[in-house]
Amino acid sequence: MIFLNQLLQGVFLGGYYALIACSLSFLFGVMRIVNLAHGSIVVLAAFLLFVLADRFEISPWLALIAVVPAMAALGWLLQRFVLDRALRGGLLVPLLATFGLAIVLDNALFETFGADTRSLSPFIGDLSFDSWSLTDDITVGKMDVLILGSAVAMLGAVSLLLARTRIGRAIRATAEDPGTVELIGIDARAVYGMATALALAMAAVAGAFLAMRATFDPYTGGAQLIFAFEAVAIGGFGSLWGTLWGGIALGVAQNVGASIDPSSFFIAGHVTFLAVLVGRVALGRVAA
Amino acid sequence: MKVQRWTPQSGVFIAALGAMVLVLAVGPTWFSAGVTDRLSALFVYVILGAMWNALAGYGGLVSVGQQAFFGLGAYAAIRLSHADVPVYLAVALAGLAVGVVSLAIGEVMLRLRGGEFAVGMWVVAELAHLLVNLDPLVQGETGTSLIALNAIAAEARRAYTYWLSLAAMVALLAVLFALLRGRLGTAIQSIRDDERAASSLGVNVLATKRIVFVLAATGCAMAGALWLASAITFQPKAYFSVQWTAYMIFMTLVGGIGTFEGPILGAILFFLVETFFGGRGVWYLVGLGAAALAFSLFLPRGIFGALEQRFALRLLPLGFRVVERTKP
Amino acid sequence: MLLSVEQFEARHGLLQAVRGVTLHVAAGETLALVGANGAGKTTLLRGIAGAHKASAGRVKFDGTDITALPAYARVPLGIALVPEGRKLFGGMTTQDNLRVAERRGRPGKWNVETVVQAFPQLQPKLTALARNLSGGQQQAVAIGRALMSNPRLLLLDEVSLGLSPVAVEQLYASLRGLMRDGTTIVLVEQDLTRALAVADRVVCMLEGRVVFEGLAAETTREEVLSAYFGVGT
Repeated sequence: MIFLNQLLQGVFLGGYYALIACSLSFLFGVMRIVNLAHGSIVVLAAFLLFVLADRFEISPWLALIAVVPAMAALGWLLQRFVLDRALRGGLLVPLLATFGLAIVLDNALFETFGADTRSLSPFIGDLSFDSWSLTDDITVGKMDVLILGSAVAMLGAVSLLLARTRIGRAIRATAEDPGTVELIGIDARAVYGMATALALAMAAVAGAFLAMRATFDPYTGGAQLIFAFEAVAIGGFGSLWGTLWGGIALGVAQNVGASIDPSSFFIAGHVTFLAVLVGRVALGRVAA
Repeated sequence: MKVQRWTPQSGVFIAALGAMVLVLAVGPTWFSAGVTDRLSALFVYVILGAMWNALAGYGGLVSVGQQAFFGLGAYAAIRLSHADVPVYLAVALAGLAVGVVSLAIGEVMLRLRGGEFAVGMWVVAELAHLLVNLDPLVQGETGTSLIALNAIAAEARRAYTYWLSLAAMVALLAVLFALLRGRLGTAIQSIRDDERAASSLGVNVLATKRIVFVLAATGCAMAGALWLASAITFQPKAYFSVQWTAYMIFMTLVGGIGTFEGPILGAILFFLVETFFGGRGVWYLVGLGAAALAFSLFLPRGIFGALEQRFALRLLPLGFRVVERTKP
Repeated sequence: MLLSVEQFEARHGLLQAVRGVTLHVAAGETLALVGANGAGKTTLLRGIAGAHKASAGRVKFDGTDITALPAYARVPLGIALVPEGRKLFGGMTTQDNLRVAERRGRPGKWNVETVVQAFPQLQPKLTALARNLSGGQQQAVAIGRALMSNPRLLLLDEVSLGLSPVAVEQLYASLRGLMRDGTTIVLVEQDLTRALAVADRVVCMLEGRVVFEGLAAETTREEVLSAYFGVGT
């Protein structure tokens, strides 16, 4: 029963990883860019929400209405002034440019907000600690359920957008062949701009849940990037639903690892990620 | 057609370089303690810049996890010294030991590409950090120190570390230079330009990348061990920090990725920036990140690459150039 | 004139692919562009569509200078290119390949249903992935995709390349329907006999230049052939 609980908590933790990985997975799927600033961008959104909650006493839920569009606008600017140019520089430049951006963001946040760890949990009432008891051994946090639900909802919404809408078709076509879409009247740069805006809007939602479920500080971004990347890689690059399964595999691996030995929580996650890579190498299938 | 490698310019430069190394070698006898320490740090920076450049600029492999080897190098020195290897020998051997370990790491990681390799290496660094923390000798983040150094007088310690750093820097640069000028250099460049084409021309892509990867790992590990020799204390967090890779990327991008001299110039610039602005909080890190971002977008060959083009500079010739065309 | 190309030049790096081509196409006309491999036909066609930058000269469409416009901005004006090699979005269905092109087009009669009427072979394949279609079906999707924007000028680059004779016959039957409806067409075609049969006018290119121009009805295959190889003139 205790083991079952560990497993269940792992699944919920995986929901969180999938949530922070949505943006990374989507951007890679569309533009073939691994955004190394992804974690820092998530943390930036968390700080924006924190400032609105802490200084202006705006509920994080309400603040999201402002922060999501703001981050989307930032995404458009990011594409217009950084990624567009980086993409033309070859395979390595987007990595270098986004890594530089991550350093700028992390340290600028540190200079602005200091080293203190923050959390949004004081601003969301009982939600942060409420839970349902299923049996004596198994309890499920309401926040955990909300996060897993949000991850599924966000991935579902993006999949639906891609499959069913005009802009979705344009994004898929551009992802396949940015040169040819121009011949049918689509400006690939504009599509990339929208895609990056969408990616950063998703990062804003991820930032909200990062800040609500735990604590964060200016240097939390690196770890978020790693977890998100592991979820995407385990689930398979370019597959949105794969990212959900990848996140869950990562969360379960960490919890199972921790139940064997408490210090091996992260080790088990990293080892799982590397094992999947080794497995793919052995099978001769490596993407990206 | 007449082809040449060495130009009078590069000959003069090499001679000047040799003279400079000789002057530096006798440095500790008349430098102040502070200058000796700072120069030791500079040599480590040069190693880091040159090694990251070897990997990215010549191998086309962007890694954000080179701190793995930096940290492992320091850890290996601790372990070797703990096993009663004389302390400076331990520092010297640590890099080579990690180089052997990197062979195994490379076996998996080198099959990855682009972003997958980049972040994959970061995961390797995190994993290495976590595993080192498990060692009872290290005691988690508490860390330990290279205790054996306490037996040596501060003055002598400073000089030994300086000499060892200088020697490591010169040796690593010489090895890299020799490799790039030989057959491997041509293979590396062809892989960077077009991996598939290189492979179809009979270049063994994996074997070539492996050599560069192991060299870069060994170099970064030596740098980590040398850093430990100056700092004495080993706190895993400080050594396995991604900050080290950020420094390497800054040095390489600003100096000039894919040029031999660029990262050396970049290391000197980084050294100056750190010396003058390092005390003012982390704003200088914001500046470093912004510089890396700007150079990658607007001056992709860095300062040295731009100078090289502008003034036809050839200080350390890696390739050949046609000096006189045969008349048709 | 619907399309006027004046002293058009284009390069591939150091190689000059098109050298000072002047060409006029009237509304409703079908022009066949012929010439050996490397004569510059594809580059010229891509230059008209805006997919290849002009290094000199200009392109006018319906009296407006469009030389500076990127490809995506020429589509709403009524120019559509069916590129060499079809360039379908292989991971998308036939239907989505068509519908993705309806976004920026002009209003007009073309939609998924009318495309299927014009290319009946697509009817059973609407939900199949484009990469799983036969060559002839893929080419039909590529032409249909271009039609979705209701072009006034349709540019076709080697639509019969690599297809079976039956598939080519089927495609040209559909194309003749388009021509009857008054769509202006510039097509690159390797098969001289076919080019002369379908086109109103034939233009032959050699080494980036126009070396022969004539009404199809008044031109013999031999005349074009001698221009083709650069002999005689």
